[in-house]
Amino acid sequence: MSEVSTVIIAIFILLGAFLSLVTAFGVIRLPDVYTRNHAASKAATLGIMFILIGTCIFFYLKDGYFNSRVILGIIFIFLTAPVSGHLISRAAYHTGVKMWNKSVQDDYKSYLEEQGEKEKSNS
Amino acid sequence: MKTSDVILQTMTKVISFIIVLFALHLFFAGHYHPGGGFVGGLITSGAIVLLLLAYDIKTVAKIFPFDYKILIGLGLLFAVGTGVGSLFFGVPFLTHAFGHFHLPLLGETSLHTAVLFDTGVYLVVVGVTMTIIQTIGESE
Repeated sequence: MSEVSTVIIAIFILLGAFLSLVTAFGVIRLPDVYTRNHAASKAATLGIMFILIGTCIFFYLKDGYFNSRVILGIIFIFLTAPVSGHLISRAAYHTGVKMWNKSVQDDYKSYLEEQGEKEKSNS
Repeated sequence: MKTSDVILQTMTKVISFIIVLFALHLFFAGHYHPGGGFVGGLITSGAIVLLLLAYDIKTVAKIFPFDYKILIGLGLLFAVGTGVGSLFFGVPFLTHAFGHFHLPLLGETSLHTAVLFDTGVYLVVVGVTMTIIQTIGESE
């Protein structure tokens, strides 16, 4: 392994670890479920993807072994983590979890009320 | 209030293929790498459970139109069959054999009868897991 590739791998892994730390701070510091979910599902996804990319490059350059399972893992995390974040947020909204008291706009609520009225007039 | 599950269902369609492929990979890599029938079976049933989460039981029963309890019996039959098969060659029960074969598409491969035993494990694990989950899910 050359010096340049070592530095690139180190940057990838440290950046991934840093983003995971940012996620942890976001989950602790942010006020309500939705903002916490925003921090958790975005920063953690990117952080894990960076760590996995670093791992893949490391083993490719060190042993000449291209691990396709890591690539599959990156694709899998990239596809599933935002969807799980979406589902958690939606479940929180539908069970009536309150938003932060400084939030100003809730378009989804008026949309749900509209849909409810439509269903009433149809039945 | 009816909500739409379109994001979950679309992602499930894509993801379940990746999960099943990974399960098959683990199953076939079991002889030389970590993996095998147990993990492969569990991950396969994980993919079916994901389908159960995104859709309802009736839809999944339409996709996989077989009784999972039959899978358990079939798997046990595979396991016992490999054991009994060795008796026909005058060797002790469950003696395995392997050989190198030249297959038309895959080239030189080493085939081992332990894979047949592992297929039994795989089928039993899928059958048991899905029977447990569907029985609990269907009870009111």
